[in-house]
Parts: sequence; C-alpha cells; structure tokens
Amino acid sequence: MGQIRNFLATKWGIMSVGAFIGVFATLLQRWGNPGNMGVCVACFERDIAGGLGLHRAGVVQYIRPEIIGFVIGALIAAYAFREFRPRAGSAPIVRFVLGVFAMIGALVFLGCPWRAMLRLTGGDGNAILGLLGLVVGIWIGTFFLKGGYNLGRSKETYTSVGWLLPLTMAGFLIFLLIFPQVEGQAKSGILFYSLKGPGAMHAPIGLSLIVGLAVGFLAQRSRFCTMGAFRDLILFRIPYLFYGVLALIVFALITNLVLGQFHAGFAGQPVAHTMHLWNFGGMVLAGLAFCLAGGCPGRQLFLAGEGDGDAAVFVWGMIVGAGFAHNFGLASSPKGVGPHGIAAVIIGLAVCAFIGLTMRQKA
Amino acid sequence: MAEIVDASGLSCPQPVLMTLNKIKGLDKGEIEVLVDTDTSKENVSRAAQSQGWEVDEVTESGTGYRVLIRKE
Repeated sequence: MGQIRNFLATKWGIMSVGAFIGVFATLLQRWGNPGNMGVCVACFERDIAGGLGLHRAGVVQYIRPEIIGFVIGALIAAYAFREFRPRAGSAPIVRFVLGVFAMIGALVFLGCPWRAMLRLTGGDGNAILGLLGLVVGIWIGTFFLKGGYNLGRSKETYTSVGWLLPLTMAGFLIFLLIFPQVEGQAKSGILFYSLKGPGAMHAPIGLSLIVGLAVGFLAQRSRFCTMGAFRDLILFRIPYLFYGVLALIVFALITNLVLGQFHAGFAGQPVAHTMHLWNFGGMVLAGLAFCLAGGCPGRQLFLAGEGDGDAAVFVWGMIVGAGFAHNFGLASSPKGVGPHGIAAVIIGLAVCAFIGLTMRQKA
Repeated sequence: MAEIVDASGLSCPQPVLMTLNKIKGLDKGEIEVLVDTDTSKENVSRAAQSQGWEVDEVTESGTGYRVLIRKE
C-alpha cells in the first residue's frame, strides 16, 4: 500500500498544484476579490472574524467561502484516499497562542505568505520586504528546531474530534446562505457585512467555494505549504515544497500579466502600506510563528481538514487573533501600521522565543 | 539490527529531523522510522533518499507506517 504513488506528491505534481493556485487565486481577483488578494488566509480568516462580529472593523467583514472550501476540500481528499486520521493532544494552548501572534504579524504586513506571493506577482514591491521577513522568521524558527524544540506527540482520537472544524466551517457556510448579504445593509441576521472596503469586494460565493474546494483537495494531496517550502530548503536543503511555491509565483505572474493586473511600484498598491521595516517585521513574527506551529496558515487548514485537531486549534487562534488585532489597533492599513502594531510585534517575538526556548527536549 | 526512530505523533518537521539526525550518526546500516501519517511517510522517504539512503520497505504499522531505510 505504501508503494502506490500519489502523483500530486511528486515534484511535477506539486508544481501543477502551485500553478493551479497561481492561476485561480489571480483569477479570483478578476472575479471580485480585492486587489492582490485572490487568496489570503490571514486576511480571509480576519474577514470571517469580522463577519462573525469578533471585531467591528466595518471594512473587513465577510465570511469568506475560500477558507471554508480549503478545509472541506482537504476533508474530501483525505477521505477519498483514506488519509483522514483524527488526532489531537499536542500542546493545543501553545498552538492557539502561536495562531494569535501569526495573525497579528500577518496583519501588520497585510498578508499571509500566500498573499505575499500574490502581491509580489501583482507588482507590489512592498511584498519583497514581507517575503524577506517571512524567510528570516522561518530561519529563526529553524534554530529552535535544531535546538530540540518540539510541540510533543499527538494521539489518535475519536473521529468526531477530527470532524469538528470541518463541521464548524460547514456551519459558517450555512450562515452565509441563510443570512445572505442584502444590498446597503451592514448586517443580515447574525452576520456582519462590509458595505465598503476589502470586505465588500468578493467573488460570487459559488466561484469562491469551488476554487476553495479545488485548492483544498489539491493542497492536501500535494502537502503544499508556503512555510515548509523555505524551512526545508534552510534546514534540509530539500526543495520539494519550494517547487510548489515557485510554480505558484510563475503562474500568478503570467496570469496577472495576461489580465493586465500587474502594476509595479511601492506606493498606492492595493491594501498595502510602505512602512518597509514593519512589512518586514510583521512577517518575521508570522514566519516564526508558522515555523513553530509546523505549517503555513493554508497548511493548517488542510491539516484540520484531514482530522488534525491541533491544526484546528491554530486556525481558531488566528481567527481570534484577528479579533484582537482589530479591536486593539494592531492591524495595519494602507496608511501604515496601527497604533499598537509595533508593540504587538515585539511582544509576539518575545512570546515565540519563550515558546521556542522552553519547549525543548535534549537529544 | 535496525536502529529505531519513533516519530509517531510528532508534527512536521520532527520525523525528518529525527531521521536525518540518526543518519548523521551512522555511515551505513538500517533504520526503522515509525510515523503516523502519509505525509511523514513521504517526507521521511524523500529525506532518506536525499542522503543517499534507500527506502527498503514501507509497511503499515498500527494506524501509521514503518519506513525501513538502508545504506550499504
């Protein structure tokens, strides 16, 4: 059974997945998602937090179907190929805290690694700082890994434990359908909807969901991970995951050029700011947190879809972190960093260092 | 007699880290790596091959896998 090859988990397989994501994430921008934000796991989980009322930043409130699709697409792939393994119990509170700070770091930059790459391929020079920060954050994480840091073993558990996040996501989808957006109304039933700003910019629900499901399926099969791509190159010189990221960048760039969505520069980029130090710094925090948590934010969604209850906790950490970020003025805006964003990044780096240094097994 | 690396239940990248650490300590030989997901099974196999070790055999073990790698 171990000899059956999973094509998508080969070099060409993961490159096809990267290409698919590059093309369709970029198309989602044409279909209504915000500029250089066809897919952004951090921004979209933040929008979900807004839709649920966990924060009240009016411009970013919308239950994003892409995130729902990522989890359920991964669930479908896991069941189709008998990889669904319900497991949990590996330092969940730590993963929750890492999720909170990963989100805070990402919102200081205004993007997760996926969006950093989409911004880059849309011509946004600020993304260069973000990607540099991401790599530095991951690099710092590898020191902790080499020093014996680990979160401890998870254990196989009840099937229902592995189903809880997918069911929660399905619940969000049901909310979206029974409390649909009403033109001109900031609220529909229990859900909040942006009337303007990025939260008001979204592709049709069906398209978002279908692309999300497809990406979730393909990414689960190929083990796609934008953090692991850099971590494995740094730590092991293994390029497998990086090939996927490279393909994403190439195909997103081609698609942007074909669609006329490439506008090179630093100033005036969509949903972006030009405070270079904090574009860098925010992503150092995010990269470090993703590295300590064992996966990029997309990967955590795909893991949750295949039954990983610990990844599910990280996802919730990110959603709650977005609530904190907008309630406490930690998130950036096109004008620059928020009032307490810098302090939050510094605190976050200290917390990650505390986690990385104290959770070590010698030999 | 194979050296055993028990990486079951551990998050990425632990299984690969532990396997490569064990490989570093041995010139050649046999290592049996225990993992509990398909992803870690693939990662360990890939990592072993990148170091010139061969994947001898992958068998199911409980709800996970036993990856036997060898270098002559």
